[in-house]
Amino acid sequence: MRALALQGVRGVRTIPAGILLVAVILSVIAAAALLAPLVAPADPSRQALLARLRPPGFANAAGQTFWFGTDDLGRDLLSRVIHGARASLLVALLSVSVSLTVGSMLGMLAAWFRGWVEVAIMRFVDIMLSIPAILLAVLTVAVLGPGFVKLVLVLGLTRWPRYTRVAYAQTLQVASLPFIKAAEIGGAGAGRILLRHVLPNIAGPLLVVATAEFGLMILFEAGLSFLGLGIQPPQPSWGSIMSAGRQYVERAWWITVFPGACLFLLVFSVNVLGDWLRDRLDPRSRSR
Amino acid sequence: MARFAAWRLLQAGIAVFGVMTIVFVIMRFSGDPTLLLVPEGASREHVDALRRELGFDRPVIVQYGAYLADLLRLDFGNSVVQRVPAVDIVAGRIPYTLMLAGGALLIAFGVGVPVGVAMAVWRGRAAERLLAAFVLVGQSMPTFLSGILLILVFGVLLGWLPTSGTGGLSSLVLPSVALGAVSMSTFARMARIAVVDELGKDYVRAGRARGLSAGAVVMRHVLRNAAIPVVTIAALEVGNLLAGAVIVETVFAWPGIGQLAIQSIQSRDFLVVQVIVLFVSLVYVLMSLLADLAYAVLDPRIRLHGA
Repeated sequence: MRALALQGVRGVRTIPAGILLVAVILSVIAAAALLAPLVAPADPSRQALLARLRPPGFANAAGQTFWFGTDDLGRDLLSRVIHGARASLLVALLSVSVSLTVGSMLGMLAAWFRGWVEVAIMRFVDIMLSIPAILLAVLTVAVLGPGFVKLVLVLGLTRWPRYTRVAYAQTLQVASLPFIKAAEIGGAGAGRILLRHVLPNIAGPLLVVATAEFGLMILFEAGLSFLGLGIQPPQPSWGSIMSAGRQYVERAWWITVFPGACLFLLVFSVNVLGDWLRDRLDPRSRSR
Repeated sequence: MARFAAWRLLQAGIAVFGVMTIVFVIMRFSGDPTLLLVPEGASREHVDALRRELGFDRPVIVQYGAYLADLLRLDFGNSVVQRVPAVDIVAGRIPYTLMLAGGALLIAFGVGVPVGVAMAVWRGRAAERLLAAFVLVGQSMPTFLSGILLILVFGVLLGWLPTSGTGGLSSLVLPSVALGAVSMSTFARMARIAVVDELGKDYVRAGRARGLSAGAVVMRHVLRNAAIPVVTIAALEVGNLLAGAVIVETVFAWPGIGQLAIQSIQSRDFLVVQVIVLFVSLVYVLMSLLADLAYAVLDPRIRLHGA
């Protein structure tokens, strides 16, 4: 008990300052996304055609200040960026959940049942991994048409093979351990063994993959929205705001730079946190 | 070796077949693929005629057989917009994308590998942490953001380089940097791991004991051994660069297959999109086949293990 408490204290103390910093950045962005309607200074879709492309800090006659400036339709850029954080995080969170669930289930099944189930699933994984994911997503979204749910499903269902590979390899290792044999002899079915006994023991490596994928999903959503295939205007998304701002980049840099900076900070923070998490969960990777 | 090569070739064949099947299935996700190939608001008669012309009124399994047979005969269908073979339209754009991917690979390799080696050699020092931050920035920067920033700084503010289009070698610089940045991070990570692995081996200590300087050991011995995994990564990155071109080519108005893919989606010319997806996937499969074979030639242990 004492040792545990001490370990806990040491654990807190050894969190590096850099990690705390990115944790703060992530919290701020997450809070902004969660509380968007409350913290956004203005309605993100209210247009003011007489106040188009105004620079950051511009104040109108009513005394309202536009800290990030206004876009090509005179909308408050700060409010659009805050609401855009919602789309970004929600799409990434949901699509990672989809691919994490589908991928780890298939990986566990392949490793548990072996035989033709294993061959079928793992061959399918190889094939899925030979189509570049962004291209697969572009094709599928283009065929299905844009939409929030479709976007989540497309991203989730193109990225599951990474989890399958990890869950498969980990389950193979865990399945040969004595406590799994014990559960089997005790009469537990495959579903119970996999969910209650195997899953908790392979969750660490899956979590590491999920963190890395979370950053990638944010980039994918932004990329697809940038190409006009993701979140559709007038609904704000960082990718679509940047896409609209691109043609004004010489006159109004802020339209692309502010959402771009937020996107970069978010992905950077997720990646730093992911690397740190990987090193903590797998001490071997630290020495490498 | 022959057995390993044959087995790996068979795997690649299965992958190509699987890719064709997945593309076929996706094209039918919308229910009626004919609707993907006509302009919006086309008349009913026009849609029906096209459906019959392309054979989409037949049972799905028959369509699938015909689709595979067409692909094997290298018949990829006609562009419904331009009325010429889709493969000809794509082929005309491929050189541009290859140029861009080549430039990006050059930058990714040329910057990434030295950075990775330096990180391994300077392990634990402040310099390593600085370089690690640089690598993370490259990995976290979306290509459309770095692309726009490069245009803003070097094209608009400084006016040193052209911001779009194809006007000689100078217009290739900015898109290559934007596209290469992400791969640069991959190369740096891989090179670092490979060199760290090698530095822990006995021959390094032996070389140092013989009086060789640390730099000489790295340059003469470590880099040669670490090169194998790094070169195979290069083969795999080519596929990623071709896929990444979709966004970079759109930002820089570079007339390669990435820009063509987006234009074709907008003009609802899906057979062209299909050719592009099949082409990039084929390159991807071939590159990973080449990487594995090269690896097996260079490292006999893999041949024995894999066959």
